[in-house]
Amino acid sequence: MSLITTLARLEAVESGRASPLATVRHRQLSEHPLVLVPLTTAGEAGAPLGALIGTDRQQPRLLTVAQPRDRELRFAFLAELADAVLPYLEAYGDDVELVERNATDAESGKRIKEEVELCADAPQLIVPGRAGIDFVRLLGRSMRFRRTVEQDPDAAYPAPPHVPLLGRWLTHYGERARVPGSSLLLAATDLLNRHWATGQSSLEDQHLGALLAWIDPAEGESGAQAALRAESYRDPRGQLVCPPAGPATDPAFDNRLLAPAVEAYDRVRQRWQAAQDGDEADSWMGELAIAEREIRRLLRTQMEPTWHSVWRAIDLARELPEGARVADRWTRDRWSFTAHRDRVRAGEPPQPRRDDAVTAARKLASRETAQAQLEAQEALDDPLVLAGRRLSGEAFIGEVTDVVMAWSESKRPAPRPLLTFHTDDRPHLGERTKVYRSLDGKPQSAEFVRYETDGVLVLRLTDRMGRAKDPAEGSVPEKGDRIAWTLFEHDQRGGPKLPDPEETPWTHGGPPGTDAESPDLITPEDLL
Amino acid sequence: MRGPAARPRPLDARALAALAANPGCKRRALLDGAGVDKGALAAALGSPMASGQSQFAFMRGNAFEARVKSDGGAELMRLLGVADPTGLQLPDLSAAGPDGRAARTALALREATTAKEWTLLDHPMLALEVAGSPAYLEPDAVVVHPDGQWTVVEIKSFPMIDASADAAKVGAAARQAAVYVLALEQVAARTEGAQVAQSVLLVCPKDFSNLPTASVVDVRKQLSVTRRQLSRLTRVEDIAATLPQGATFDLERSGDELMAAVDSVSAAYAPDCLAACEMAFHCRAAARTDGDISALGRSLRGELGGLTTGSAVLAAARGEAGDPRDPAVAALRRAAALRAGALEAAGCR
Repeated sequence: MSLITTLARLEAVESGRASPLATVRHRQLSEHPLVLVPLTTAGEAGAPLGALIGTDRQQPRLLTVAQPRDRELRFAFLAELADAVLPYLEAYGDDVELVERNATDAESGKRIKEEVELCADAPQLIVPGRAGIDFVRLLGRSMRFRRTVEQDPDAAYPAPPHVPLLGRWLTHYGERARVPGSSLLLAATDLLNRHWATGQSSLEDQHLGALLAWIDPAEGESGAQAALRAESYRDPRGQLVCPPAGPATDPAFDNRLLAPAVEAYDRVRQRWQAAQDGDEADSWMGELAIAEREIRRLLRTQMEPTWHSVWRAIDLARELPEGARVADRWTRDRWSFTAHRDRVRAGEPPQPRRDDAVTAARKLASRETAQAQLEAQEALDDPLVLAGRRLSGEAFIGEVTDVVMAWSESKRPAPRPLLTFHTDDRPHLGERTKVYRSLDGKPQSAEFVRYETDGVLVLRLTDRMGRAKDPAEGSVPEKGDRIAWTLFEHDQRGGPKLPDPEETPWTHGGPPGTDAESPDLITPEDLL
Repeated sequence: MRGPAARPRPLDARALAALAANPGCKRRALLDGAGVDKGALAAALGSPMASGQSQFAFMRGNAFEARVKSDGGAELMRLLGVADPTGLQLPDLSAAGPDGRAARTALALREATTAKEWTLLDHPMLALEVAGSPAYLEPDAVVVHPDGQWTVVEIKSFPMIDASADAAKVGAAARQAAVYVLALEQVAARTEGAQVAQSVLLVCPKDFSNLPTASVVDVRKQLSVTRRQLSRLTRVEDIAATLPQGATFDLERSGDELMAAVDSVSAAYAPDCLAACEMAFHCRAAARTDGDISALGRSLRGELGGLTTGSAVLAAARGEAGDPRDPAVAALRRAAALRAGALEAAGCR
């Protein structure tokens, strides 16, 4: 944590309200995000308990599983989830724009231009917290290797249609969430923590209710008080006033409310199954519906507060103006979405259980580039982030006090003007250190020449001045201009390009890909 | 100290691992050493914490453990890589009281080592002295190899998906298992030909099924950390000696008395405590009242030099206090100026 963040936290402690960590919004927010608040069964992997989902905050769709150990009921839930998510995702798949990009012609090996489709916008999924992102990934893993009847008529427990497809999409979203700066799948807590510092530790900031309490406390209440209430206040029945944002439930809820309701449901269902005649079965059927309704009601009470908190978090983040380079990162997200759409349409198999060496190396390299790019872009978009870089000597702001024209000593002299620059910052400059500034959104570079006196330095401008002997108009700063220079590059070029999989030597390729498509082993009772 | 009516709460491996993670906390060492029910104490002080386990998770954990140990231990031996454990011994370890059970376990371990046969000890009892008070530990199972090697088996119900499990959960399991290994080593020291394996067998459900799968986890690192931290723990008697006369944690006493007694022992609160200690809310409230900056995270202390309270840091940053020649103070002032300038430029406030 930088000193500036530490100060922001301490200011929040003092004032009892969160203090800003950013002056613009650094994440894309879709106009119609799909919010998902999932719940899972304690102790079980991949046994969802329920979910609130939807793009309309007034009308979330409630999905529940009355008995999470029943495979049929779980499958019914997953089918409903697919029904809620897939149409939303697919709606974005057909609205495309054509983009030109460079490619290599397969036959001649020449560089050519080709036109490809890029989805005009991408669907965005928002969950309450990081545990929610992990759960999306887990759900994806649990579904993408399932087989439907169509795929495998002999499958012992065929999954409903669309469930494997949903698994592939959730896997893609879960994987994309690991790319720094990506906004396809966001956690509400991450969204808030990026833009505000609270007076509590980053561990406590993972609690969505407590986090909102600091950022948006009620009138006349301090953030600390409100956060404590969100964390620990219980009603007379011992239930948390602000239930956990999931997917894990509160043990007190499980033990006192949910377990008895599930037991009642089981009892009625046994009676119903044992019923002798139609009339008896019908009456038990009615009882069963009542028992199920009770479970739905209970689960709704646990998810609804979180549902509203996530939307509140979205509202708060929307109040900030969007950073200038957010759209650029969102374009990458659109590419990612389009690429996966193409893979699904081409009928490619689901993502393998484990990436092979080549894919893993590519992913790692692209995430490193994305991280560096995110850091640079956030600093350029936001003076408060830039302040952190200035403090660490990676950027400096000041005023041009003099400009002296000079030229390079080659046959065709190119302009290399010398700028005298005054700054109070203390950048870590060495001889010929390159520095960059943003000129009409493009980086212009200069190199450090020498210090004149303390706080006054000389820079030599080195590019973006046109081909002529005299620099193009507006490309050289004038006396009195205030400029922010950075020591880091604005556009991150990834490292050297990795060879194609076919060209990768066997020493670096890892073992050949294995049974990517084989379904998971299934036992008659897959839960205990 | 815990009051005459209260039964002592025994220390378990989880508590020991938590204690070893924060060895500077005298409050926790004393309360655990004296067997005080910290959850009830925190509730009496008005800062209760949620505790307990969901019965769904509890049932699943028990059912999974039973499944792993079913079939006379054959399944467990298969996970250990022993296809045909002929003559596998399953000694009966029941005895009266924890002391009796610990003695019975030690005897069974000795017999098994001498017999040079595969032996599975189901829920053995181990004794370990921590900071001058005894702790009783109950690992899920211990396997004795014919060559005299003892292996701790830890059965957990979180899944191993595609042969990898949640790193945080594996870490917690490894720390817990290290405590068992430590306790076993004491028994092994008194047994000829015995040796405790420095890696444990972690058994988890495979993927989304209820089939067990296992992985050998090397706990040497956790073992050396735990050993060092436990030896660093101040002896409980020494802490108790610093208590004022008549201080007691008897839950029958009034809240004010308890509060005074608790506050007379120093605590070392950090946010990690929230996940590991029932007293965390109480200690956090106290740390916040004092303005202690470690309540915001342990890492903060490093960059702030000698400044330990929030108000001191803010005063130094605003130039109201502190020596500007102190590099920490100078850096703070620069940071404050840069932050204020940036916020002003952006038109906030």
